[in-house]
Amino acid sequence: MFLKENVLLAVAGLKSNKVRALLTMLGIIIGIGSVIAIVSIGDALTNKVNDTMSSLGANNIVVSVVPRDSQSSWDKVDDSDLLSREQIEKFQQKYANEIENVTLAAGGGSGQVKDGRLYANVSVQGVNEGYQAFKNIKISSGRFLKDRDIDQSRRVAVVSDKLIGKMFKSGVDPLGKEITLYSGDDVSTYMVVGVYKYEQTAMMGMGGTADEDITTAMYVPITVATEHLDNQNYSDFAVKAKSTVDSTAFTKTIQKYFDKLYAGNERYRCDVQNMEDMMTEVNSMMGTISIAVAAIAAIALLVGGIGVMNIMLVSVTERTREIGTRKALGARNSFIRTQFIVESIIICVVGGAIGILFGILLAAIGVHLLGAELTVSIPIIFISVGFSMAIGIFFGYYPANKAAKLDPIEALRYE
Amino acid sequence: MSRVIIEMHDIYKRFYIGTPNELEIIKGINLQVNEGDFVSIVGASGSGKSTLMNMIGVLDRPTEGEYLLDGIPISKMSDNEMSDVRNRKIGFVFQTFNLIPRSSALKNVELPMLYAGVDGRKRVARAKELLEMVGMGDRMYHLPNELSGGQKQRVAIARALANDPAMILADEPTGALDSTTGRMVMDLFHKVHREDGKTIVLITHNNELAAETDRIVTIRDGRIVSDEPGAGKAAQLCS
Repeated sequence: MFLKENVLLAVAGLKSNKVRALLTMLGIIIGIGSVIAIVSIGDALTNKVNDTMSSLGANNIVVSVVPRDSQSSWDKVDDSDLLSREQIEKFQQKYANEIENVTLAAGGGSGQVKDGRLYANVSVQGVNEGYQAFKNIKISSGRFLKDRDIDQSRRVAVVSDKLIGKMFKSGVDPLGKEITLYSGDDVSTYMVVGVYKYEQTAMMGMGGTADEDITTAMYVPITVATEHLDNQNYSDFAVKAKSTVDSTAFTKTIQKYFDKLYAGNERYRCDVQNMEDMMTEVNSMMGTISIAVAAIAAIALLVGGIGVMNIMLVSVTERTREIGTRKALGARNSFIRTQFIVESIIICVVGGAIGILFGILLAAIGVHLLGAELTVSIPIIFISVGFSMAIGIFFGYYPANKAAKLDPIEALRYE
Repeated sequence: MSRVIIEMHDIYKRFYIGTPNELEIIKGINLQVNEGDFVSIVGASGSGKSTLMNMIGVLDRPTEGEYLLDGIPISKMSDNEMSDVRNRKIGFVFQTFNLIPRSSALKNVELPMLYAGVDGRKRVARAKELLEMVGMGDRMYHLPNELSGGQKQRVAIARALANDPAMILADEPTGALDSTTGRMVMDLFHKVHREDGKTIVLITHNNELAAETDRIVTIRDGRIVSDEPGAGKAAQLCS
């Protein structure tokens, strides 16, 4: 009843005491703002992670050797516990109909390619032929590593266009040229067989590395990369299933295969995961974070709501005489109650609206820093406004009811 | 015979009922006020004057006795019914003006009509008309704190008249004003009484003001001790 008059009255009241109104709203602003910010950032991150993962291919399956007892360390792992090339090839042959290719990778550490005063930072990655499809690497000239490079442990490398730009004069064809890699105390020479197009990933761009010092991947045959390592066998590999294969079912088949293979091993087993499972895992993790944030926000809103209740009680006391006058002029108790509840709702909704703007601003900054794209979810805005109203009603009811129940005689006499 | 506005039969009012501190403030009052009367109720503080005023103003119910306001029995009413009766039948004028702060003079005059459910356009038209009548037509959009005491009380009188009530109940309306502005306010009451024929009940402890009215009812110790015509009546009788 008298909604328009009550709203105008409440707004006039807020305007007449701006600092107090703002301080009252602060709890609501922080509560709603943090929900909006975290939810937006969380959404943006989830989208980004999902994008990255699906660009890797949802039908990628990763097989890794893990300790049976999660407490035990990796220190004493023997080649016999790991997967040999023969074992992997046998597996690949058995499921030749389902598998498109198998990817092997091993980190070979970081180093510098140097030629006189020219240098380029690289991270050396031992890979096999299947890695190209797995990582979606785009070759701009030459070729990617072939299985025969791996079999023969040939000293060949595929490097980024960035490295070529730094190490060779423009116009020089780098294919077939030799580069020298300094890695720790080792110096080794590789022949460039291919150049891939470097794509900056957002995660790597985060540090803001200068272009000169940028580290790009240098791909060499995995057999070459593992030469210096203690273990020649593999702790993990990835399988790209054919697009017609149901990856979830195939993951189970693979798990069974390796369970059998490792049945006799007391310390290690194989863990098989497909990208879909990982995405589900990431999403559920984000979900958990969201729930935690929601709980914190709920506490902030509770505190904010109590602040609103407090200030409404002060307002009722301050305006006792006004309430008495209104009652003398014929306001029913319900009119007084409505007036104060509307005022409380207005405080909370205005606070909520400021909070939404504040939250979107925070999210925009956060998302920008993470290099993701901002998406503001419309439902969450409506939910926030609705929730603000609910807080207004809930925490405004008690003071409003107190005002409504004032005895008009006492109220008129109040000094 | 003219209409009876206030009709009180054997009104008693007790407080702290059933406790050792039980207090009887009003001890059997019989009062009748006719339409068009300008009555003053006088009494010292502690005489029960305020308690009687609260009952006349339908802010409080008598403990015992029957009160008819404009023919409507009040004694057994619910809070909401009392609110509605105050809204339609009584126009209050207070010593401390009691305008709603942060609401313009116009909004203040509209308020009783708002509670009565009068629609917006009619409300504004009537409020403007009343403000013109009390000589506040050029200050309609001023807030109460931008008005002087006398101006506030004129707005309050306009507000009291908003729903065309059966009676105006004025509690020490000049108590917070200097003698000049007090005089202007009293003149306004006389004008409203004379021109509109409004029933006015004036509560005061000022015998000079009371003497201007048609009838002076004196309260002492919860009882009516005298009820005699005032100078107003005398003037009418002479003319």
